[in-house]
Amino acid sequence: MTRPESRLRFDTDWKYSAAPESTDHIRVDSQYELFIGGKFIAPGARQYFESINPASEKVLARVARADRGDVDRAVIAARRAYDRSWSKLRPAERGKYLYRIARMLQERAREFAAIESLDGGKPIRESRDVDVPLAAAHFFYYAGWADKLEYAFPGRRATPVGVAGQIIPWNFPLLMAAWKIAPALACGNTVVLKPAETTPLTALKLAELTRDVDLPPGVVNIITGAGDTGAALVEHADVDKIAFTGSTEVGKQILRRLAGSGKHYTLELGGKAANIVFADAAIDQAVEGIVNGIFFNQGHVCCAGSRLLVQESVADEVIAKLKERMATLIVGDPLDKNTDIGAINSAAQLEKIEQYLRIGQAEGGEMYQSPCSLPETGYWCRPTLFSGVAQSNRVVQEEIFGPVLAIQTFRSLEEALDKANNTPYGLSGGVWTDKGAKIFKMTRALRAGVIWANTFNKFDPSAPFGGYKESGMGREGGLHGLGAYVELH
Amino acid sequence: MARPGKSPSARSVSRVPVAKTYKLYIDGKFPRSESGRYYSLQRGDTRLLANICRGSRKDFRDAVVAARNAWGAWSRTSAYLRAQVLYRAAEMLEGRAAQFAAELVLQGVARRQARTEVAAAIDRLVYYAGWADKYQQVFSTVNPVSTSHFNFSVPEPTGVVAIIAPETSGLLGMVSNVAPAVAGGNTCIVLASQSLPLCAISFAEVLHASDFPAGVINILTGRKEELIEPLASHMDVNAVIYGDADAQVARKIRELAAENVKRVILRCGVDWNSAENQSPYSIGDTQETKTTWHPIGS
Repeated sequence: MTRPESRLRFDTDWKYSAAPESTDHIRVDSQYELFIGGKFIAPGARQYFESINPASEKVLARVARADRGDVDRAVIAARRAYDRSWSKLRPAERGKYLYRIARMLQERAREFAAIESLDGGKPIRESRDVDVPLAAAHFFYYAGWADKLEYAFPGRRATPVGVAGQIIPWNFPLLMAAWKIAPALACGNTVVLKPAETTPLTALKLAELTRDVDLPPGVVNIITGAGDTGAALVEHADVDKIAFTGSTEVGKQILRRLAGSGKHYTLELGGKAANIVFADAAIDQAVEGIVNGIFFNQGHVCCAGSRLLVQESVADEVIAKLKERMATLIVGDPLDKNTDIGAINSAAQLEKIEQYLRIGQAEGGEMYQSPCSLPETGYWCRPTLFSGVAQSNRVVQEEIFGPVLAIQTFRSLEEALDKANNTPYGLSGGVWTDKGAKIFKMTRALRAGVIWANTFNKFDPSAPFGGYKESGMGREGGLHGLGAYVELH
Repeated sequence: MARPGKSPSARSVSRVPVAKTYKLYIDGKFPRSESGRYYSLQRGDTRLLANICRGSRKDFRDAVVAARNAWGAWSRTSAYLRAQVLYRAAEMLEGRAAQFAAELVLQGVARRQARTEVAAAIDRLVYYAGWADKYQQVFSTVNPVSTSHFNFSVPEPTGVVAIIAPETSGLLGMVSNVAPAVAGGNTCIVLASQSLPLCAISFAEVLHASDFPAGVINILTGRKEELIEPLASHMDVNAVIYGDADAQVARKIRELAAENVKRVILRCGVDWNSAENQSPYSIGDTQETKTTWHPIGS
């Protein structure tokens, strides 16, 4: 084991002054209604739920809970908009609306970033530099496809599917809304989108924004609620397509519900990605990649590198450096620009993660947590490692969706591949090595939809994203992402 | 044992024809069903055409093991070689066209239609042989990402594909579903048409002579009603293709397939005789898209 002789003690040698993002320029209303047919309207049953700031546990806003009747109203609005305006609009004009959305998102980027961090707990650095810019870029990218679809599917004519029901998760609320809405609209569909129960605010701000850019009423409808709202949307007879991002468990329920219907569907589900570090890798870079892979967005990432597979000869070195790097990570106020790891999204998610920490230890895994301090209020989890775990352990097989990394070692390339591919998931994977030929041998043999070589957790609107096996079906992003929202003739 | 041709009266026989026993095709071998069960394929009310193996769940599981074992090597087999193997199958079928037409006729297909179907099946194999090393270029992209990465997306085979062959088109319907799956590097288990099973097993002989490695294509006969459930719920099957039109069965397949998120491809009511219904998109149905990110730097 090699350790540097002297180390920076970040807790004693270094003091960071607080650098919070200002929130005085943002407006969050105390109550949000459903956005249907271009208007905010109260839910039929007048039921509301609270969206809280997971860093302070304070209520941010009361948000409407859509029931079956509200879902029906939203679908009717989307159908009417599809029939009367959106499907009759020239494709180039559809594109111009999407360009407008992209531009206005860029104008209001700071505001969206701050609200995203308030509502979801993610560090402002991430919402500012990743979520919001990528959301805007996604609209901009698909805007340009609207009048070019005949070039995307050789030998086929593409037509819109109709009304798309879209259900998105709480880990990248605005970005997932963009991933869903942008390609759907570009292809000529109208949408009913349901944001996650714990993070509805940026989707509702996006609803305001679509009104500000004069998007025809009913083209985008946003209905808030919990699982039963989503189920009503999935089951609605006049929805032509369901796009879901979320857990594999719910994805399977949706598949069963859709079984007898003629609805189109795409699913982006869970993952348990292996991040594979070979002895010949640039170790310091790999350590950064491991940290980014699992601690980015508190590990609330379906493609997180939640398993580290490290070649035995460098395992001690990698793990030592990883622990040193983890000690520098600041867990705390999501709005502070120094913060590396924000708040766990909800009390329920924190409980789930802590349950896995207990399971991992009960299974015989050795748990290590970084010695960082945690704020008094809010939901927090220290960056955590599990070593000494077996392939069959639940912390190796199951998606935890938190800052928890399971570490295994391997000797040969074949052993790394066997272990990497040995879960029901297949969303993403990482390979760290200095050898080009080895990279391509690995990236080809890994059974997953997105592979990062000597990097991790990179996203781009032009790059298709989606899973193999139980990680889902269909792609989002790029030319391939259009396929989810067209019928081919 | 099948009894092809006319059934001459015992007294006038100069030579008794050697009839064929129709068996299953699993892992490059021709076993009988492990269950020992069969069903009788008859023409009209009385005449026995053959006793057909009534494949069991166990036969199906054996076939999945064979298909999974064959998958790794087949998925890595060069596209050029996959193309040649498929083309070889077309050559073998061409040479035996008369036999396949006769089998179709024996099962009640009109003579002219039988000849058309065999010819179309041969042409379909050639068609997909040609695609085996081309669809990748049609479906791949290099993605202009904003960061300093070389980023590309390519199709890769989904894995083990279970194919419920169309009931009404014993040879062509099966070939039209098998060829795009294996051209794309998948391995498969085919459940043959229950009412028109003869050509399916004879087709296994064609495959056997065509350099298809053992286990790449496995063919079972039996009762669909009995085998569809284990087929749709098997956890080591990645995709199911359903070639019939029963909406209730399609629903059941999709419900069961949800357990391991199988890809379900419904090809109901397709006119397999029409060349309009062959395309690289049929290959794409059993492909996954892989996106690879590689840094550009020093």
